[in-house]
Amino acid sequence: MAINREASPRVGNWTRFRETARPARKNLHLFLIPVAIAGFWALWEGIIALNEFPAFLLPSPRLVALSWVENWNSGILPRHLGISLFEVGVGFSVSLFVAALLGYLLAQSPLLEKIVSPYLIALQAVPLVALGPFIIIWIGAGIWQNALVAALIAFFPMLVNTLVGIRGIRAEYRELMRSYSANRWQVFIHLEIPAALPVFFGGVRVGMTLSVVGVTVVELLWGDRGLGFLLNFARGALNTPLVFATVATLAAMALSLYGLVVLVERFLIHHRRNEQ
Amino acid sequence: MIEPQIQLSAVSKTYGHGERQVAALKNISLTIQRGEFLALIGPSGCGKTTLLKIIADLLPPSAGRVGIGARSPAEARRARETALVFQAPTLMEWRDIAHNITLPLEISGAARAERAERARELLEMIRLNNFANHYPHELSAGMQQQVAIARALSYRPQILLMDEPFGALDELTRERLGDALLEIWARAKVTIVFVTHSIGEAVWLADRVAVFSPRPGRITRIVEIDLPRPRIAAARASTRYAERVNEVRRALKLNGQSEVN
Repeated sequence: MAINREASPRVGNWTRFRETARPARKNLHLFLIPVAIAGFWALWEGIIALNEFPAFLLPSPRLVALSWVENWNSGILPRHLGISLFEVGVGFSVSLFVAALLGYLLAQSPLLEKIVSPYLIALQAVPLVALGPFIIIWIGAGIWQNALVAALIAFFPMLVNTLVGIRGIRAEYRELMRSYSANRWQVFIHLEIPAALPVFFGGVRVGMTLSVVGVTVVELLWGDRGLGFLLNFARGALNTPLVFATVATLAAMALSLYGLVVLVERFLIHHRRNEQ
Repeated sequence: MIEPQIQLSAVSKTYGHGERQVAALKNISLTIQRGEFLALIGPSGCGKTTLLKIIADLLPPSAGRVGIGARSPAEARRARETALVFQAPTLMEWRDIAHNITLPLEISGAARAERAERARELLEMIRLNNFANHYPHELSAGMQQQVAIARALSYRPQILLMDEPFGALDELTRERLGDALLEIWARAKVTIVFVTHSIGEAVWLADRVAVFSPRPGRITRIVEIDLPRPRIAAARASTRYAERVNEVRRALKLNGQSEVN
């Protein structure tokens, strides 16, 4: 708290120590992350050098890197990455929209929540992969179907967090808005959206991660395109370096998408940036 | 000139139905004058807050009639005659202080320039000019409550309804904010209905103190506070102040209450 820091008395050198030590500690990760990566790489290379594992069992990181560069340059990785990204993007976006809309409606109407909740909970309780056969029987396999699975798997946490975010607004805030004679739209814009955003984004983070998981699993199971398919294909061909390269691409995709969500969240919830 | 502003006639309020019915207020009749500072005191659950919410049109009375001048509470609310301050500052944590203060004006559609000017005026009044661009979490609890009061005054209401606004603050901050409130009250010329648990605070701030019985709340006594205004710190040590405090305490004790401090 800015003013409390000004007002608080300094006890010996402790405050000064903390003030000088903080920025260094804050930036420590910038140093430690590359060190950890280099250490992991060296350990990996060391294990292979000592045990002489064949490449199909455990390829060296150098071999994985070469495979990644080769498959990237030949266009194989970008193509499958593009397909997985498309499926995640479509599935997640649709899910986000429907979850936010339905979550808001359920938050407004306890009766509607009672009617709809059993179905939603049942949907969540069944492993979504088990619904895969129904999707194939009814609408066949393909990228849109994969996107549908991504949407379904990401849906629940985003719905629940929207509901909790809106319901969590204290009654006093609503009374205050009523005392200003605010209309429904003004309550939505000035109170409900900003108040629910932090909780909502908790669900969006989980939803984004789950949609990547969903797309990967269905591509592994019945896909003929996408990173999950490539993973399955490389495993079948005993091309373990490509399996590793695909997993690395998948991880990079998941991290980038998660990072994107965090960036949007920080942009929208900027007032929390300097909160302790 | 004495002019009635809030008139309560036989107001009662019950919550729930059937066996779960709870009577919160019973037969409250009271007239509050324009520009008056009225304190409501009583034990927890005696219906003080309920009465405040009825005046603010946040709750309908179960029986009786409420008039704000010639208007009903709903009409007065829509005409922006009443404003509320809660025990918690209820500031919007995503808005900076200036934008918190001008939120009611934004809702009423006031122009940006007018809002900025009003924010400047009010920040000056509460002496927080340097905090216009700070966020609520950067302010102390007392400062946040001052901002909440400034926000309530932003649209120039005639009546300020305050529900234990200093209840969560320490004694010294409470006294300081009480004095600041008296200053604001004198300048803004509003009518204040002030709910409190503190006898000292009620006597120090108010023109009259209405003493409530335990649930269902009834007004059992109205104590006139004849301390001169402006109230200077020395008056807290005066005999008259001590007498009025004792008078309110006796009235509360007659109601069988000991939890009010």
